[in-house]
Amino acid sequence: MNRFDYARPASVAEAVQAGAGEQVRYLAGGTNLIDLMKENVDRPMTVIDINRLPLGVIEELDGGGLRLGALLPNADTAWDARVEQRYPLLSSAILAGASPQLRNAATNGGNLNQRTRCYYFYDVATPCNKREPGSGCGAIGGVNRIHAILGASDQCIATHPSDMCVALAVLDATVQVTGPDGDRSIPIADYHRLPGDEPWRDNTLKPGELVTGIDLPAEDFTQNYTYLKLRDRLSYAFALVSIAVAMRVEDGAIAEARVALGGVAHKPWRSTEAEKLLKGQQPSPQAFGAFADALLAGAVGQGENDFKILLARKGIIRALKQAAEATPQSQTDKRVA
Amino acid sequence: MPTAVNSATYAAVPIGTVPTTLTINGETRTRAIEPWTTLLDLLREGEDLIGTKKGCDHGQCGACTVLVDGRRINSCLKLAVTLDGANITTIEGLGQPGDLHPLQSAFCDHDAFQCGYCTPGQICSAQGLINEGKARTRDEVRELMSGNLCRCGAYSNIVDAVLDVIGEKA
Ligand SMILES: Cc1cc2nc3c(=O)[nH]c(=O)nc-3n(C[C@H](O)[C@H](O)[C@H](O)COP(=O)(O)OP(=O)(O)OC[C@H]3O[C@@H](n4cnc5c(N)ncnc54)[C@H](O)[C@@H]3O)c2cc1C
Ligand code: SF4
Ligand code: FES
Ligand code: FES
Repeated sequence: MNRFDYARPASVAEAVQAGAGEQVRYLAGGTNLIDLMKENVDRPMTVIDINRLPLGVIEELDGGGLRLGALLPNADTAWDARVEQRYPLLSSAILAGASPQLRNAATNGGNLNQRTRCYYFYDVATPCNKREPGSGCGAIGGVNRIHAILGASDQCIATHPSDMCVALAVLDATVQVTGPDGDRSIPIADYHRLPGDEPWRDNTLKPGELVTGIDLPAEDFTQNYTYLKLRDRLSYAFALVSIAVAMRVEDGAIAEARVALGGVAHKPWRSTEAEKLLKGQQPSPQAFGAFADALLAGAVGQGENDFKILLARKGIIRALKQAAEATPQSQTDKRVA
Repeated sequence: MPTAVNSATYAAVPIGTVPTTLTINGETRTRAIEPWTTLLDLLREGEDLIGTKKGCDHGQCGACTVLVDGRRINSCLKLAVTLDGANITTIEGLGQPGDLHPLQSAFCDHDAFQCGYCTPGQICSAQGLINEGKARTRDEVRELMSGNLCRCGAYSNIVDAVLDVIGEKA
């Protein structure tokens, strides 16, 4: 790890002031940043410890939603009674990720901003356009089992590894940020971005901006939902493909269905256009299959990850069935019902 | 006022050490710590508490698990200076020869280790699991102990030992 200056601001205003400089990083739980610093992938000159900021709480929003503080640990979020009761999809997705120890340290703001697990990104001896713009992409034509099948560019095929963010995409969350230019709200769909020709930009946060919270609108997806995570082992592994579904079923027909995929793109993958196909349909393998084909339109494999296209298709159909039948995937008993 | 900051402009302190007070296994110690020191390295190299193990140093194995204010975390991914004021419990603080913690006894009774390298982390993790109060069944214990790898594969006996202590039939 490189040497750095360490600051511990006591207020958000002080943090943002300190965050305005060059090569500055906010440090929350540290479970991603410290890891990357040990590998010399990230080498900040200044580390701003934001753990003492008063952003570790959940607040009720007018209209029935919740604001999840940026510094609230993932575990406390998933096990909060209000989140469990009103947003069980979010609890489930968080509990599907990492390990109990990591979830105790990892924060909501840090989870949003975690970097890709691309092997080349982590290995400073190899080319990587995300880590070192213009150096090339080792994963294209290389080892790419975990890489993207949707929305990739000829410069980067990395995926965003978060489970939590896939649920946030389905719940239409809004990210609250503050920075040198004041406060703003970013819809989750616009928060993460596709790599395009600027693969070093994971998201639309501007330099120095700090995430303060995540707003969940009032929704009632407490029965017909699921988070299905498919991976190489049953726990403590990143998703190869994950599927978050929230649904409303009325008189046996689908009144509304929202679906987002994790592990397949540079951001949670969702298509409100494709979701229209499900509206008014009776739950059936045919309807689910047609939707899966629409959501996966344009999917391309990179070689080692070709299997993800079929895995995603089957996973989407299975997850829609789980949601329609109100039998969400258990994150304890890992058998896929 | 922010701590570790030396002027009204809130510029960071120059490269150097940060005075940090930690209570480790009941004993309060104030140290000048280089900010890039992880809690794991501080414990093992600074405080001579070598019960806590370094397996991967990247959050991938759980051997370094300790309790911070009663919560289990991976000490390899935590900078010690960020914990100023915290209460840390390591395996040495849970129990000692002749005065074993119930989890330590249960691990012996159930033959829940072979080489023993993962064991301090397993036991601290199990204490964290008990503090959380979310695991009752075998499946729940398995899932909530999944942040601790055991290369010797003592998993089924580890689960038995933990179930024994939380009072469920192993
Ligand atoms: C072995 C291992 C397995 C894992 N498995 C999974 C998994 O299966 N699923 C999953 O979803 N995740 C997984 N994770 C990732 C984990 O969820 C993230 O590391 C964690 O959420 C990051 O949160 P943090 O608070 O520790 O962030 P930090 O490490 O402190 O920060 C991460 C990044 O976010 C920035 N940042 C932090 N807070 C803010 C803020 N408020 N505003 C602006 N920027 C901010 C930091 O500057 C840094 O760049 C795993 C991690 C490890 C080590
Ligand atoms: S996929 Fe992206 S992160 Fe991975 S090597 Fe290519 S440019 Fe780097
Ligand atoms: S040494 Fe910390 S998790 Fe492996
Ligand atoms: S007892 Fe050897 S690694 Fe667990």
